[in-house]
Amino acid sequence: MTLNINEIRKDFPILQRETREGVRVVYLDSTATSQKPVQVIEAMNDYYRRSNANIHRGVHTLAEEATSMYEGARERVAKFINAASSREVIYTRNTTESINLVAYSWARANLKAGDLVILTEMEHHSNLVPWHMLQAERGIELDFIPVTEDGLLDLDAYKSLLTRTPKLVSFTHMSNVLGTINPAAEIIKLAHKAGAVVLVDGAQSVPHLAVDVQALDADFYAFSAHKMCGPTGIGILYGKSALLEAMPPFLGGGDMIKEVKLRSFRPNTLPHKFEAGTPAIAEAVGLGAAVDYLSSIGMERIAAHEHEITEYALERLEEVPGVRLFGPSADKKGGVAAFTLQGVHPHDVAQILDQDGIAVRAGHHCAQPLHEKFGIPATSRASFYLYSTKEEVDMLVKGLYKVKEMFG
Amino acid sequence: MDDLYREVIIEHYKNPSYRGHLDPHDISFADNNPLCGDHIQIDLRVNGEGIVTEALFDGHGCAISQASADLLMESIIGKPLEEVKKLNKQDILDMLGIDLGPVRLKCALLSLKVLKAGVYGLGEAGDDLVE
Repeated sequence: MTLNINEIRKDFPILQRETREGVRVVYLDSTATSQKPVQVIEAMNDYYRRSNANIHRGVHTLAEEATSMYEGARERVAKFINAASSREVIYTRNTTESINLVAYSWARANLKAGDLVILTEMEHHSNLVPWHMLQAERGIELDFIPVTEDGLLDLDAYKSLLTRTPKLVSFTHMSNVLGTINPAAEIIKLAHKAGAVVLVDGAQSVPHLAVDVQALDADFYAFSAHKMCGPTGIGILYGKSALLEAMPPFLGGGDMIKEVKLRSFRPNTLPHKFEAGTPAIAEAVGLGAAVDYLSSIGMERIAAHEHEITEYALERLEEVPGVRLFGPSADKKGGVAAFTLQGVHPHDVAQILDQDGIAVRAGHHCAQPLHEKFGIPATSRASFYLYSTKEEVDMLVKGLYKVKEMFG
Repeated sequence: MDDLYREVIIEHYKNPSYRGHLDPHDISFADNNPLCGDHIQIDLRVNGEGIVTEALFDGHGCAISQASADLLMESIIGKPLEEVKKLNKQDILDMLGIDLGPVRLKCALLSLKVLKAGVYGLGEAGDDLVE
């Protein structure tokens, strides 16, 4: 069943706004951050108006309400990604912090000089820099699964990397530039066979695909609320409980402890062991509402809608003379179209499109090495979500012709 | 927009008069705008009285960054280095004849930052150079 797009768009108040008089916003930047439905905005608003209190320690009504809203959201997130238990769902600030949590806690306890970590050439900076930092500190080795000309991971090269017995394989489930949906289950299976632990960057996949962490057999899985209709400031690290139990705490402070003496402490049980200090409570409530919202529509239907839009967008963009598209064909990618327009810098493209209310991103999208690989400093990127329409794609294409005319 | 992409900017972007390298040169410096990967290199020749006699830039980036570099080269030829050191944000905006938001301002100011870092002999083209 297809989405009732008009009904869905009514849930997103921002899509009604004008960026200047008579110019309605055409939001094609959901890969950077998604817009928020009124259900999420209201849930957070209600929390602050009715239930705001600090969680876990209080016994008064508001504190109990806040605690059960915060923990209830965790239960819903666990169900949404099919975690075996909500103890395996750690609240963080965002995907970046989730990856850093693994790098600081698991990796510093388990990796030593010379140990190999396999990444890919299509990683976001958030899945590169934490490992660069560990490399400088520990002398670990890094190697990379190459990206092919058509934007796919070279799995044969991956298999030969695995013969060097890596300790960790960390890769993105879906590229934020190419849109490539990587064969995560296969990559994980091969890594496990080689004895490696696996971390998946799910920042782009969880918002757009039905993700089942148990079916994937991921050891760690990281994602952010703000790309999946939720608020900024909160993300998730899923980890298998056996791994999380064995890891040292990450940040120290309140809530992550069971007992504190003047000279020592005992860490709390999962998931609280990794959640020091007052967390983003309202944001957790918002994330819970976002999960409810997406579930009520259905991730399969959302994915199908995005696929239809993406297929149409690639087809239309290809028609524009001078446009070069990056990434695989529509059947192998999510709702992302990164492109260059010959003779015009992506910033100029984005700026001129903005005059017609069209919001696309321009730059290296925090994936500088990937752009270097393709020999370009930057791309323009249009990205789609459940509220995107074919009419919006048409406006983008029309806008590109206008850019060409100006730079003609 | 039509303000932002005034003909003068498109013209200097498409047909720059001061694009190239000087070899030998007295001053040469290059840096990037980390936000968008724009890159500018500037080479200068300076005579015994400290006056800029030749100036060329090279690099890649958006129309705003490249056009402002071209306009900047044009404006400093024949000027003493002491005067070049005094150039600031407003001078660039006056040359471009437009007003810019905070993001695009970085594009416009990259060439001035690179120029001043080169003239002062600094290792990095910092934001403080153009305030």
